[in-house]
Amino acid sequence: MEKSEMLKKVNDIFIDTLDNEDIMLTYETTAKDVDDWDSLNHIQLVVAIERYFKIRFTSQEIQSWNNVGEMLDCISAKNV
Amino acid sequence: MKVFSQLKKNLKNDFSQLPTIKIALLGDSATQFLNQALRGTGYDRGYNLDVFEADFNQIEQQIFDPSSELYKFTPDVIVIFNSTHKLLSKYNKLDQGEQHKLAELQIELISNLFNRVKKYSNAKVIYFNFPEINDSVFGSFANKTISSFLYQLRKLNYELMSYAAQATNFYLLDIASIQNQLGKSTMFQPAVYVNSEMVLSIDVLPIVAARIVDIIGAIYGKFKKCLILDLDNTMWGGVIGDDGLENIQLGSLGIGKAFVEFQHWIKKLKNRGIIIAVCSKNTESVAKEPFQKHPDMVLRMEDVALFVANWESKVDNIRTIQKVLNIGFDSMVFLDDNPYERNVVRESIAELTIPELPVDPAEYLEYLYTLNLFETASFSNEDTERTKLYQVEAKRTNLQASFSSEGEFLQSLDMISIVEPFNKFNTPRVAQLSQRSNQFNLRTVRYTDEDIARIANNNNYYTLSFTLKDKFGDNGLIAVVILAAESQSTMFIESWFMSCRVLKRGMENFTLNAIIDVAKLNGFLQIKAEYLPTVKNELVKDHYVNLGFEEKCGYWYLDVENYQTKSCFITKK
Repeated sequence: MEKSEMLKKVNDIFIDTLDNEDIMLTYETTAKDVDDWDSLNHIQLVVAIERYFKIRFTSQEIQSWNNVGEMLDCISAKNV
Repeated sequence: MKVFSQLKKNLKNDFSQLPTIKIALLGDSATQFLNQALRGTGYDRGYNLDVFEADFNQIEQQIFDPSSELYKFTPDVIVIFNSTHKLLSKYNKLDQGEQHKLAELQIELISNLFNRVKKYSNAKVIYFNFPEINDSVFGSFANKTISSFLYQLRKLNYELMSYAAQATNFYLLDIASIQNQLGKSTMFQPAVYVNSEMVLSIDVLPIVAARIVDIIGAIYGKFKKCLILDLDNTMWGGVIGDDGLENIQLGSLGIGKAFVEFQHWIKKLKNRGIIIAVCSKNTESVAKEPFQKHPDMVLRMEDVALFVANWESKVDNIRTIQKVLNIGFDSMVFLDDNPYERNVVRESIAELTIPELPVDPAEYLEYLYTLNLFETASFSNEDTERTKLYQVEAKRTNLQASFSSEGEFLQSLDMISIVEPFNKFNTPRVAQLSQRSNQFNLRTVRYTDEDIARIANNNNYYTLSFTLKDKFGDNGLIAVVILAAESQSTMFIESWFMSCRVLKRGMENFTLNAIIDVAKLNGFLQIKAEYLPTVKNELVKDHYVNLGFEEKCGYWYLDVENYQTKSCFITKK
């Protein structure tokens, strides 16, 4: 999957999970930039992304990303 | 069932019209999501669950400190979630010589916690049991090793049941069974746990929340009372009208086995007090044949309170069943193998619970187990007798048709009522009736066994319980009145509720006469009463005006001095 397409999918998952239509993720977006993206909702997002892409993150990965781009790199490294 | 994110969206809805129940949620793992799932589930079941969530790992602090936020919140229900993971870390820290005492120590802690709760609050407690973790230190040999974690954990779950069996207002949430049904890998995600201290996976949250709300619902009077059954391909394989008695599938072989085991389940429900009714498109005599003659039938005619088999529509027949039983559609479950019939009924009677039975009858039971349809908050001897009561009621209905006046009919019943204050023998049934009566219930206050015992010992209260027996049988304890001395001259009817089984027998008049007797004996001059409307008690909206009370500022009053004893055909014993 193209990275841009992946960004779009992840964006949809954010919109659905956080119930906020206004979310516009970029590769540089960080948790600070998105309302309600706290550590707990992060877990819900991770589980939703895992389900959609049929992958599993390790607990280290879940904590390691500094921005959306790094998260997408991690997804794409799992051969999605 | 809704998934977690859908429940979370529920939280944006308007809860203001829903009855509020105050829940305190205490856990030693992260409970924020469980809180959200709980409130979202509550919304779908018609409750505004007002949840106080304690800070992480504050169970003991909140419960042992009388001035804690927990007690300031005055919860109706306290949910305590001790996780197996925290139990395991407790075990890991114990000296080797102490490990065999883990269950004992934990039970002691739980009993201390609950005793404190009882001291400082009237809340009911829902406590989670412990889903298994086998740490595999001993392998299967753990089962033979008293000091192993597995041994201690299973012992604890067993001891918890023994404890709960004798503790009123202490309910166990069987989260261990949820793990048995779904498997540990669905229940628990290690990465989520490590990152968030959450021991429940996001997928399992809605199920755990549903089980909590099941118990809360049962405590507050919302539970199933009746199971309505289709026959062909639901109770046995094949069509009795076409295949004949010898050829329906029933017995120990093949698919017949599934139906026999299914019927055993239904029989157990009947023994527990669920009313069994049959609703089938069939010729009545043909439909009854298996119940009377088939050697492999588990259910017999005496297990069925109401047998409706004809060629009318199922919707009409179910309405008839509802009328005779006089219970709400929302307390009835309808099982039918045919998706078309299910949909027709569902469209006409939305309140009815109609499970989407699997196509393969072999899967009926496993599927129904997961729905947990028959949660309850009590079980008494009267429950086991309920079928007989309703069968007798059907006989009374037949007799009534042969009398020209209602008075004549009532007189012919030879009704006798025992009137007595609450005592330790009738306490469980009084409490149960307070939880079960919805329609004939003037203020719909629910009481537990302990509440009733407390009231019985309080000199400010006068209590009356009524049984009713007639020539057909004994209905047992069917009506309750709780009177509170409001002042020297005024007696307030705090509660008046009655089983709807005995409607239209003159019991209202008889009860009021008894109330006046109590008032006169204790020197009260007037009776004050109140009707608090609910969705279900419209039946008694005009109760007090019909009995001659007068309204003033939202309350009803009756003068004791000038009271004319009301006529009725019930003899006091």
